[in-house]
Amino acid sequence: MTITHHPYYMKKINWKPWALLSPSLTAIFLLLVIPILFVIVYSFWLRAPTGAVIPAFQFGNYARFFEDLFYPSILFRTIRVSLFCVLLCLVMGYIPAYFFHRSTSRYRQALILLIMLPFWISFIIRTMSWINILGANGFLNHFLMKIGLISQPLSLLYNEAAVLMGLIQFLLPFMILNIFVSLEGIDKNLLEAARSMGCNEWQAFKEVTLPLSLPGVSAGCLLVFVLTAGTYLPPMILGGAGNEMIANLIFNRVIGTLDWPFGSAISVILLLLLGTIVWTYNRYLGINQLFKAFKGN
Amino acid sequence: MFRITGWSFIRLYTILVYVFMFLPIVVVIILSFDTQQFASFPMQGFTLKWYAELAQNQSIIQAFKSSLLLGTLAALISTTIAVPAAMAFVRYSFRGKNSLNTLLLAPIMVPEVVLGVALLLFMRWLQQPKSFAMLLLGHVMLTLPYVLLIVQARMVSINNVYEEAAKSLGANPFQTFREVTLPLLLPAVLAGILFAFTISFDNITATLFWATAEHQTVPVRIFGMLRHSISPEINALGTVMIFFTIMAPLTAALLIRYFSKNR
Repeated sequence: MTITHHPYYMKKINWKPWALLSPSLTAIFLLLVIPILFVIVYSFWLRAPTGAVIPAFQFGNYARFFEDLFYPSILFRTIRVSLFCVLLCLVMGYIPAYFFHRSTSRYRQALILLIMLPFWISFIIRTMSWINILGANGFLNHFLMKIGLISQPLSLLYNEAAVLMGLIQFLLPFMILNIFVSLEGIDKNLLEAARSMGCNEWQAFKEVTLPLSLPGVSAGCLLVFVLTAGTYLPPMILGGAGNEMIANLIFNRVIGTLDWPFGSAISVILLLLLGTIVWTYNRYLGINQLFKAFKGN
Repeated sequence: MFRITGWSFIRLYTILVYVFMFLPIVVVIILSFDTQQFASFPMQGFTLKWYAELAQNQSIIQAFKSSLLLGTLAALISTTIAVPAAMAFVRYSFRGKNSLNTLLLAPIMVPEVVLGVALLLFMRWLQQPKSFAMLLLGHVMLTLPYVLLIVQARMVSINNVYEEAAKSLGANPFQTFREVTLPLLLPAVLAGILFAFTISFDNITATLFWATAEHQTVPVRIFGMLRHSISPEINALGTVMIFFTIMAPLTAALLIRYFSKNR
């Protein structure tokens, strides 16, 4: 194709879409793009002992992050918790999504709405609700003591497992929705074909349904990973001391010690981590898959 | 054989997932009626006094007002700018369309902490103090992508022959929009406003960066209360929030149904 046949060169530039887009683009540039460029610039600047920020280009903030094991261990914990969360959401989400897909119940629609309902309930309420369940005088300890399984309350709160509980409850609807949308998109004829060729229920699932649902699975996994890696509230409320994730670190550096350059450098590290993952995903699977679940809603 | 055992396993598993999702929420509601000072099991009795105390709590009432104002304004502004953007993406083809679409959806993928730091840092550089206006701008950015997704999805399904017909009958672009496109788009616009309101009303992490002492939202207020310990009063506030956040979408769903029936 020669350049003159390219559609954009054949007609004059149409200014209408740009006029329609300009308010949104202005907003996103002023509130997102430029501020993030500032974060990147600040991450190379210096913080004087007086607290003043000195515009001197250097890599000191990054060196400080990787110097001893404290900061990398938080990065490592963030990745570990995110991977656990992806895995648990997948294990807990696939079967309900499959249930919705195959159910012939007349309450099917209502059941789908019901599992999406927690999505509407405030994040902080859902997070703190686990204190009532896992606390020393919480529901679970009370229940276990009542049935005589334990005689002393277990300390179930303020550990990584408690953080995971809060995270899963927050993220599971995303996973279920993504898998469900993908399952619903499968051509029913393919299943019929598999059955007519002698597959039983399980074989048909294994050979047809499961492979064709993988785009939804991968979109769900990516979304869960990205949202977990940036999470602040569950480690703060359910994790307690020693269970911080990278977002807590950023918050403490910026709001707590007002160390803007170091906080910026950690933000850039988090952005690079997630950027690499999203870029890889987009390269092989296409980012559009990710927004299907939202659009189908 | 497999069919029966397999399906009943799937059913039981799904029920357990529901229990996992709803048990904590149900417990919040139950404990909000407990008479004890600290929320714990076993319950000692039934009382409504925490709700009465909540109704007296000026700082919470103030936070509710801030949240309502913030959510309403953010929803209206982001919907107003998202509707034309959705039209541009669906009705026109232009260079860089896909990249720009992804850029406008980026706030979903960028961690809230980074969004929080970035805007605060930029405002500091501009030597602007934290204010309600800044909080509002931040919430517009947070809600814009969701409204764009909803409106765009609806726009795709509206056949543009109606718009063409209006234009050929002599309507100018604005008249076409007002008389044809907007009415067809109304359910999505309402859903967008509502969704944006809920996102704004719920937001905590980014809001912790942007909120001022006098403009604390409800989640920020709850976050402050949680530093002490979990009390029946927080559970009562949680119950009010649960009720509120469930009623809002249900009301909107009914409204949308009503509007689309009357068309």
